[in-house]
Amino acid sequence: MSSFSRGFRGRRRLEADPARVPPGQYVTGDFPVLSAGPTPRTPLDRWTFEVAGALDEPLRLSWDELQALPSETVSVDIHCVTGWSKLDTTWAGVSLDTLLDGVETAAEYALAFSDGGYTTNLPLDDLLGGKAWIAYAYDGEPLDPEHGGPARLLVPHLYFWKSAKWVRGLRLLEEDEPGFWEGFGYHNYGDPWKEQRYRGD
Amino acid sequence: MIELVEETARARSIVLDLPDWRGHRAGQHVDLRLTAEDGYQAQRSYSIASAPEDEHVVLTVERLDNGEVSPYLVDELRVGDRLELRGPVGGWFVWHAELGGPLLLLGGGSGVVPLRAMLRHHSAIESRVPLRLLYSVRTLDDVAYRDELAGLTGVEIRLTLTRSWPEGWRGYRRRIDRALLEEVAWPPAERPLVYVCGATGFVETAADLLVQLGYDPDRIRTERFGPTGG
Amino acid sequence: MSSQPTSAPLDGNALAAPLFEVFGFEATAATATCGACASVNRVAQLAVFTRAPGTVARCPRCGGILMVLIERGATACVDLSGIAALEQPEGA
Repeated sequence: MSSFSRGFRGRRRLEADPARVPPGQYVTGDFPVLSAGPTPRTPLDRWTFEVAGALDEPLRLSWDELQALPSETVSVDIHCVTGWSKLDTTWAGVSLDTLLDGVETAAEYALAFSDGGYTTNLPLDDLLGGKAWIAYAYDGEPLDPEHGGPARLLVPHLYFWKSAKWVRGLRLLEEDEPGFWEGFGYHNYGDPWKEQRYRGD
Repeated sequence: MIELVEETARARSIVLDLPDWRGHRAGQHVDLRLTAEDGYQAQRSYSIASAPEDEHVVLTVERLDNGEVSPYLVDELRVGDRLELRGPVGGWFVWHAELGGPLLLLGGGSGVVPLRAMLRHHSAIESRVPLRLLYSVRTLDDVAYRDELAGLTGVEIRLTLTRSWPEGWRGYRRRIDRALLEEVAWPPAERPLVYVCGATGFVETAADLLVQLGYDPDRIRTERFGPTGG
Repeated sequence: MSSQPTSAPLDGNALAAPLFEVFGFEATAATATCGACASVNRVAQLAVFTRAPGTVARCPRCGGILMVLIERGATACVDLSGIAALEQPEGA
């Protein structure tokens, strides 16, 4: 057990209702930028979102088509596996329920994939029922590339590594397949309330 | 931790008493870990500013405006406090006599810290390897180790100030560029061993220029401190 | 876990301590051959991203991932599957 560094407090941690803070997390006023690679910059006229895999016909949307879909503005709490949580973050984007409306599939899982090669997996159910969005605005402004812009996946009920930045599509799978961090020993599901940070937790 | 020395308005040297220390090489660093009372931890790397021959290990830390750790180390730390660190580490960005020269050291801002360790080591072993330092900072007030650098003999120190300079300043007044390097550096034909350290932008600019000017990339060693200089 | 103010990359020098703990020797002067593009770089020169759930070291030429380092409590694991060859320099 390390001894304390006298007088060190670290970044200002905010007070919050403990019922909103999952175990082992602290609330921050910043919005830290975490990345495993350089920030991709795909021009909007080349950007597409694809849904492929276990379905009859792949779905493909251009940026304009995404923008034309009904969007929602939501306020959610987000929790990063590195320990910080940020409460009442506002995002605008298209709900996955809207995006996948009419899609028929036997798939139970999805693998989200992004520019730069990042992937993350989750059960299809966790993308539906008002739990997930393709978000393109944060705090009233277009989403900054450092935070995943032009669009990222937003799945706030799971650790934030599941909210894939620079998302470009989903592969619907009948069998689960670990994504990038899951393959390196992070938890396959990632429920912050059960503190599922690593495989085996 | 036994002594604190103000180097500039924003930087402080921390002199450490480390009973189990087994020595280090000039250019190496340590990883410092701080633990708050509630268990929160933060970790940072700091280059060792002292030479292996110096009596104590010294770290020089510059306060970053939005920093989490540096304001604590520069403003809060008191003599008698303890620090948790691991090291020394770093097998690449080091200089010792067998590596030869001539030596060209390029430091941007706090990137001068490991280079200062190399300068002190060079001096302590009375090395005859020719050495030049180009040190880029924003203003004269940001120059660390000013008196020490001014007092060095047998090595060439050039400063370049990038943001503002005193009236009558006859030194360089700009960010590092091709022309500046051509004037200050050993010519490529001498095949100098080059060490570049500082913020990522500074290091990449300098390294690119060196390669363009014909310096052997295998004789260029770099250490990036991240965008804000560590 | 170390962290930096933004996401811009550091280099492999920043991995000296964790790699020493994993390997038991200084690894930053070792040369790593990229499994994707075959370029040879010192570990010290890899593009390192530390602000992530783990630390990722990428090939400076092609951006391919060479190493992923995860520090969990007192344990460090490193995945080297992106490296085709890792060679320690003589003498070091």
